[in-house]
Amino acid sequence: MSTRIVIDPVTRIEGHAKISIFLDEADQVKEARFHVVEFRGFERFCVGRPFTEMAGLSARVCGICPVSHILASSKTGDRLLAVTIPPAAEKLRRLMNLGQITQSHALSFFHLSAPDFLLGWESSPATRNVFGLIAANKEVARGGIRLRQFGQEIIEALGGRKIHPAWSVPGGVREPLPTERRDYLLSRVDEARTTTQQAISAFKDLLDRFSEEIEVFGKFPSLFLSLVGRDGEWEHYDGILRMIDAEGNTLVDIDPQRYFDYLGEHIEHDSFLKSPYYKPLGYPQGAYRVGPLARLNICQRMGTPLADAELVEYRQRGGGIVHSSFFFHYARLIEILCATERIKRLLEDPDLMSNRLRAQASINNLEAVGVSEAPRGTLFHHYCVDENGLLTRVNMIIATGQNALPMNSTITQIARRYVQGRTIPEPILNRIEAGIRAFDPCLSCSTHAAGQMPLLVQLIAADGQVVDEARR
Amino acid sequence: MSVVTLTIDEKIVSAQEGQTLLDVARENAIDIPTLCHLDGVSEAAACRLCLVEVVGTSRLLPACVTRAAEGMVVHTTTPKLVEYRRMILELFFTERNHVCSVCVANSACELQALAASQGMIHVRLDYLHPHLPVDTSHQQFGIDHNRCILCTRCVRACDEIEGAHTWDVAGRGIHSRVITDLAQPWGEATSCTSCGKCVQACPTGALFRQGSTVAEMQKDREQLAFLVRARKEKQWIS
Repeated sequence: MSTRIVIDPVTRIEGHAKISIFLDEADQVKEARFHVVEFRGFERFCVGRPFTEMAGLSARVCGICPVSHILASSKTGDRLLAVTIPPAAEKLRRLMNLGQITQSHALSFFHLSAPDFLLGWESSPATRNVFGLIAANKEVARGGIRLRQFGQEIIEALGGRKIHPAWSVPGGVREPLPTERRDYLLSRVDEARTTTQQAISAFKDLLDRFSEEIEVFGKFPSLFLSLVGRDGEWEHYDGILRMIDAEGNTLVDIDPQRYFDYLGEHIEHDSFLKSPYYKPLGYPQGAYRVGPLARLNICQRMGTPLADAELVEYRQRGGGIVHSSFFFHYARLIEILCATERIKRLLEDPDLMSNRLRAQASINNLEAVGVSEAPRGTLFHHYCVDENGLLTRVNMIIATGQNALPMNSTITQIARRYVQGRTIPEPILNRIEAGIRAFDPCLSCSTHAAGQMPLLVQLIAADGQVVDEARR
Repeated sequence: MSVVTLTIDEKIVSAQEGQTLLDVARENAIDIPTLCHLDGVSEAAACRLCLVEVVGTSRLLPACVTRAAEGMVVHTTTPKLVEYRRMILELFFTERNHVCSVCVANSACELQALAASQGMIHVRLDYLHPHLPVDTSHQQFGIDHNRCILCTRCVRACDEIEGAHTWDVAGRGIHSRVITDLAQPWGEATSCTSCGKCVQACPTGALFRQGSTVAEMQKDREQLAFLVRARKEKQWIS
């Protein structure tokens, strides 16, 4: 008789989900599946609204990464207007996205995942959280909280608020960066960079202890997708959309406006998360990973001195094209480092203070796609409008969705290694969750849902009977 | 014109005969909430937010169209009135789709400001969430019927100040909505002069400038009263 284990809800991730672990007749793990159990319907209820509202509307998909949606939506709007936005507006949008990447990655690393690294997988769940981290290592916790604060202050300085700033709009941005805010951010950037460097150094020391996790937490060959600069530099806002294979060979450079020629979206019977795949390889062979791991595998260099030096060591440790999902954490830290260097460069750019920030136009295209790199990976917004600019169709492909199939592979791998028999002891539950956390999934975004994510894991026998449940 | 003396909220005030209670109250810094009232145009007495209690009258009376009279005793903020006003606001929020966070008029909306000032902290009725159209066929302006509260300020401003009478109201009861010309798309309404007074008159985000994004639609409602006053007092030619 085969068995199913269910983990519901999954904790310390953003959103609500559960995990089912299916056992075969010999009680060996056959498969593990990650289900997102929330439905939101943004793609439907935005239809009929003016496209100019979409930046604000779609930002409400998520409180963690609203900036990503605002940027992808604004870029789509730029194309509907058929305008090239003023250079200062692009630089300011880039600055905000770097702030977003910094705050989101800092949240993922310090608040959500560091308790596992620093307190241990087997430590008590009661203290295995950011408060336990504060008690155990005040300086690390403080540094992480201040780093996230720095990223949010960038967002606030530009958009007037930390969450859901209605600032980037079709045609450009609404407000300039006030000089005093620029000066304040400049005074904070060195501390942010130092905190990140310390975190990278500490994480590298820990890596030697995590050799098992590196092998087991989602290490498998896959395709990777991300934006990359025209000269091969790490990119987060524009550039070329590139798909590479597991060896690092470029499969295709995709025109973002024609993404649907290459990317399909599979509807899962047991999750509100859609699973995109690379069409030429079909479903599920065309599964690909996005996010920090993909971006660092695809780019040739980070484009800033300190991050470039770290990239070299990262690749040495990860073996060239990095296949272990555990390295998502490492890649995230290098991206924060790169972001802090780029933020400083941007803040010192005199062009940034221009007052020419918004191009005005009416509808000139009836269909457009906007692509940008959200912290978790490539984000697509695709709108069709009528001649009066009212939306007739909306499609969003979210980073977490694109990582859905690799997340299933990751938890299957972890479950096969650790689950023995028909029960799930707590430390194993935590390891399965940690496999998901490596991807830093944002389920509110991916189902286009709100709230915190508790965890339920169910162990399901071959006859469909739930033989064990673990719940937070 | 004779002067009358009356009491509003225990305060003895004087008024010109024929002056409305709303006018008198505001002259004396007594706040009575309104939504359909707009300085410079006639009263519609549609929103019922300015209802007051007048001693000796069993019915509640709208201050915007009730004339001040000698010896009148008026109460503007009794517990009953406060509760009625909240209920009226809840009904507005229930009837159509007023989600402030994504509205072009967020922070510049009279309905939103009133909900806050009148202590409307939640809506006790089910939201109807009707699917109403957005008309962006006009080159400069748009109307989102989901945000409209049918105050008819646009209708009156267009008719009485601009003289175009592009706007009107069609339908009955809950099916009422403002229309342009004979319910044509706004962009095809030949009577419209594109002056934008209706947009300035609108208390919510229902009427907006094309291209406006969240919280970007600022409205200069005092400009309309200025136009009326300047015209009446012939300020253009003096």
